Amino acid sequence: MSNTYRDSCGAGLENEEFVDILEERRRSSDLGHALRTFSPHPYKGAESCSNADLKKAVLESQYLRYIAKEIAAETGSSVEEVREEACGILEEMSQNLQLKCIRLMGFTMSKVLKRLYSGIFVNMEGLNMLQQSIQEHPVILMPNHRSYMDFLIISYIMFTYDIPMPFIAAGIPLAGMKLVGEVLRRSGAFFIRRAIGSDKLYWAVLSEYVRTIVKTGIAPLEFYVEGLRSRTLKSVMPKLGMMQMVMEPFFKGEVYDITLIPISISYDRVLEESLLAHELLGIPKPKESTTALLKASKVLQEYYGSMHVNFGRPMSVRHLCEGKINRCQYNLVPRDLPQKPSAEVQACVSWLANLMVRVQEEGSVMGPWALMACLLLQAPTIVLTEEGLPWQELTDKTLWLRKLALDFGARLNWPSGQGQAPDMDVMSSTVALHGSVVNRKSGRVFLVQVEVPARNRPISPEEEMISTAAVVLMLASYRNMSLHIFVRPALLATALYITKTTQKDELLAFFCFLRDVFSNEFIFIPGNSSQDFEEACFLLKKCGAIHVSEQEVTVSDAGLEVLSFLQALLQPFIDSYQVIFRYLCENEVHVHAEKQFLTAVRNLATELILSGELHTYEALSSDTHKNVLSALQRLDTVTKLRASEQNEYTVNKAAVRRIDDILSGKIPPQMLHTTPEAKL
Amino acid sequence: MASNSSGGSDRQRVAQQRLRIITGHLQGREDGDSTIIAAECKAEGSQTYVSREEGKTVPRRRQEIMKWNGWGYSDTKFLFNKKGQAEFTGKRYRLSGMIIPALKEWFEGTFGASMQHKSPAAPVLNSGAVQPPTLNEAFLEELTSTGIPFSHDAEDRVYRAHGHCLHEIFALREGKVGRVPDMVVWPNCHDDVVKIVELACKHDVCLIPYGGGTSVSSGLECPTEETRCIVSVDTSQMNRILWIDEKNLTAHVEAGIVGQDLERLLNESGYCTGHEPDSMEFSSLGGWVATRASGMKKNIYGNIEDLVVHVKMVTPQGVIEKSCRGPRISTGPDIHHFIMGSEGTLGVVTEVTMKIRPMPEYQKYGSVVFPNFEQGVACLREVAKQRCAPASIRLMDNEQFKFGHALKPQVSSMFTSFLDGLKKFYVTKFKGFDPDRLCVATLLFEGGREKVLQHEKQVYDIAAKFGGLAAGEDNGQRGYMLTFVIAYLRDLGMEYYVIGESFETSVPWDRVLDICRNVKARIIGECKNKGVQFQPLSTCRVTQTYDTGACVYFYFAFNYRGLSDPVHVYEQVERAAREEILANGGSLSHHHGVGKLRKEWMRETVSNVGMGMLQSVKDYVDPKNIFGNRNLL
Repeated sequence: MSNTYRDSCGAGLENEEFVDILEERRRSSDLGHALRTFSPHPYKGAESCSNADLKKAVLESQYLRYIAKEIAAETGSSVEEVREEACGILEEMSQNLQLKCIRLMGFTMSKVLKRLYSGIFVNMEGLNMLQQSIQEHPVILMPNHRSYMDFLIISYIMFTYDIPMPFIAAGIPLAGMKLVGEVLRRSGAFFIRRAIGSDKLYWAVLSEYVRTIVKTGIAPLEFYVEGLRSRTLKSVMPKLGMMQMVMEPFFKGEVYDITLIPISISYDRVLEESLLAHELLGIPKPKESTTALLKASKVLQEYYGSMHVNFGRPMSVRHLCEGKINRCQYNLVPRDLPQKPSAEVQACVSWLANLMVRVQEEGSVMGPWALMACLLLQAPTIVLTEEGLPWQELTDKTLWLRKLALDFGARLNWPSGQGQAPDMDVMSSTVALHGSVVNRKSGRVFLVQVEVPARNRPISPEEEMISTAAVVLMLASYRNMSLHIFVRPALLATALYITKTTQKDELLAFFCFLRDVFSNEFIFIPGNSSQDFEEACFLLKKCGAIHVSEQEVTVSDAGLEVLSFLQALLQPFIDSYQVIFRYLCENEVHVHAEKQFLTAVRNLATELILSGELHTYEALSSDTHKNVLSALQRLDTVTKLRASEQNEYTVNKAAVRRIDDILSGKIPPQMLHTTPEAKL
Repeated sequence: MASNSSGGSDRQRVAQQRLRIITGHLQGREDGDSTIIAAECKAEGSQTYVSREEGKTVPRRRQEIMKWNGWGYSDTKFLFNKKGQAEFTGKRYRLSGMIIPALKEWFEGTFGASMQHKSPAAPVLNSGAVQPPTLNEAFLEELTSTGIPFSHDAEDRVYRAHGHCLHEIFALREGKVGRVPDMVVWPNCHDDVVKIVELACKHDVCLIPYGGGTSVSSGLECPTEETRCIVSVDTSQMNRILWIDEKNLTAHVEAGIVGQDLERLLNESGYCTGHEPDSMEFSSLGGWVATRASGMKKNIYGNIEDLVVHVKMVTPQGVIEKSCRGPRISTGPDIHHFIMGSEGTLGVVTEVTMKIRPMPEYQKYGSVVFPNFEQGVACLREVAKQRCAPASIRLMDNEQFKFGHALKPQVSSMFTSFLDGLKKFYVTKFKGFDPDRLCVATLLFEGGREKVLQHEKQVYDIAAKFGGLAAGEDNGQRGYMLTFVIAYLRDLGMEYYVIGESFETSVPWDRVLDICRNVKARIIGECKNKGVQFQPLSTCRVTQTYDTGACVYFYFAFNYRGLSDPVHVYEQVERAAREEILANGGSLSHHHGVGKLRKEWMRETVSNVGMGMLQSVKDYVDPKNIFGNRNLL
């Protein structure tokens, strides 16, 4: 499967023309740009439809009328009241796109972007294909979400290149921001509440609103399939609700096709890096408010390198779903009535959502920093903080890793530096850009230590550890930008390392087990485990690390360096998972409330790190904790209590222990009878 | 077939007019061909209203009047004359003998076809290409002793080996003949059929009933795996109206009668059935029953299932029929519904009692132009909702509207063409209709004059609400005429590398627009994928309205130059289009039937249990698979 959507040119960016759109902005007037004639070519089948028309169509839809009646009957309120409530929801939600506002935004963004970035690189070929697609079928723009910066960058590019402005799905907290909320709304944002839960009316209004946009094709729809901004710069397991709503018009034959445009936005350095790391450590993120935004404006005085926006090849939903969906299932019930999606539909939507994230990953561009972060993290933290890593060693290893990454098909942004040793130049400037994480002193690289004001000293070991952890997690986030390249071979390397077997079927079983355990951590396309295994074998064989025969996989002598690098890359995840497994197994508590669980696990990890038993600071990340909980739920070893108000869980300790034992190699791989996908 | 223009209010005049117009065919002459043993049917009803000699359309030897490798009468076809103008030959139709000036430009423009690139058909049927018959001697012997005429002449057999699917006609044009029936028999009456079926059972002979030969479902194709002697039972000589019951308004008719004869003969008595499928010139009453046919004017007269009061069918187990002519009976599942749609798999329909109506006093055509197809569909939906559909109402999409224009015959009067120009100017310039989006609905009203006029106003008022503008009777009438000549047009296309076909479905109202858009787009997409070099013609129309949905017809044609196996490409595209229809909530067929062409989708259409029911009926009625055309199941 993986080859059907992969770009023909696997590695490098040489074949694609990325154009720096800021270059033009640096040369000509921003005001002129903001006031340019905007003449997009819209979808040819689009009905002209004002925002008021759109709202009216939603409110008067048969679907909403039906739901309103149903809710009225359930709650005992009148239909009018329910409809009024629906109207309120819609008001809160609706975008109010106005070109005037786009121009204002355009002007402001030109100014800001030029200050922050050395360049914004956009692939023109992708943009041209998008321009073409937009006229043919309703288009869904699906960017990844790594930074608040993502939010309007697509609209900015669309405005610059005469492509119809998208409607953008955004989180409701943004709407609450004074002024900013309204500006975003007028720039095409529509707002979705975070925890919708079982609010039937809300779901109905939202899904009808989204479907109507797609059906009528009045504007491209932009949404983050990951649902929220990744706190770790790693792809987030996609959310399916929105995806399902977007696809439905195709399933129901209301449109001939829908075009999905995967967009990969990659940053050299992310604005929110330190904010995110602190959030992961349980220090809550500031509430989205205009004042907070203004306070944060000091981050705007720093420098963030360049940004790549890679518009992926347009993907036809019709083509993708061929043979996966029997659309006849919608024949027997009116299409405007609520209908629970069938298992087939759910599986297809999930498959497609995961596929989109994978395509985003493959389209993302990583710089030298992602590679350097991988290597830095493999050095013991104490070395990085105390004695520093020799610069020469780091650069040598980075060049080695660059070759491996390219072998594995990475899109690498490795600028051609100047001077005698261009590669050294690139690495030096990379490290300089990331002064918030590392600094380079007398030929060695150190992790940045937070200066503690004298009056606060002495600080406790916990405090010191937390401040180190924040920097380590920042580093880990940058490493995460490269994980999608390495994760499949790394799972195989780990399987080889833990099982010590050469039998291909045993390795496959263990590979599937790992993939299963970690599929909340890394994105795998459901149903593709064999292909993933084959891909891992292929890549490791390609770089000379292993020999593969019918039945056997053997390690070559030259492969040790690659394999140990890959195995070490996953080690922090394995260690972190095991900490939590052990907590769950050894704890006397039978019912875990989520909040207490998170605190307890963090305390345990802190303790272990301080005592020197645990070496990875990543075990402190709340993201990992939540992922473990979801993974265990998915694997039916942890069960959420239905009646529980505060997310309480019971644990099947034996099952968790078994997973832990397999992970530590205590159960031989012959005992694994995990048929591929048995759990999925 | 053209019909009368508006006007005549008196019944007699209308009858004469219709007579003139519907027919004009050649008289079927009695023949003395050596291979045919003629004999009078001994069981002939004594009180037939009309005797056989009185002008029946279809002779035993179809080759005397009909093409062997194309549609319809031998003397009628489209051609591009020496001046490069399109011309319609013969004298049978209103369009006959006329020049159609715009057709060439439309044809070349639409398909990228050219007069230089011809793909002519094999001129004559080469009897040598026809496999010698596999005869069952014992059957033959006993059949001969009954005196029922039969033949194993190659031509006779080839004529009955096909319907009018594209692949069937394409093969014939190339002179290719596959498995054909081994002999043809012409029963003269119900009792003849009883004898034939008895003998077939006795000697294990495969029977394939043949009515008008207009099947478009591969229904007449001989199964290649059939090793027994295949006998085509041609019912065309069972063509009498046996009686007319004026008290109850029913007529008892032999099932081999073709539509135009039935209407004409009834018209002479002042009646009609009102059942007018597009194929009515050639299709037979028995065929309608066996395929669940639908007529253009079903809004007034109903479809075949509404028209049939009593049916007689001869099966291997004997004759099936009801004991009375009650207008509705509650006696378990209606056994007529085992017969209707059985597609020749259970037996031969021999006699049908059907409803008749007094001929309408007044007929009027009409048409409405809509700014776009969406508005047109909305209007039809409203008309259906108010249950005020005229005898016929059809909505053509923009492509068909243009096609219809291309078929306008040369106008003799300067004034008419001036008027046409003026009308066009009014619609496109003044009313702001986009000529590339507008579409037209054609209408046919029937009934008492007062009522028709009143009805007409009601429909036009509704149309106006959807932006529709009345566009005259001419446009309407031309639309209906097109129906009868379009099959001839396919033959013209095939002379110039253009192949095409139409297929139909029925679909709930809320799906009509979606299915039209999606199926048309699918056709275009599939053509592109399959390497068709030219833009295909992919167009549709809504031809029938019901309370809950509509019948939609798709037309699809393309220029196949550059393709090595055009028929295969065509079939793949049609198959994809059918998949698309089903995925969009459309039915497998509204009235063409399943045949062998659409068999693969039967199970999902009627469910496993449904298939089991049908199969068990087949197993009981015809355990030896005597009626072995292998349609449907």
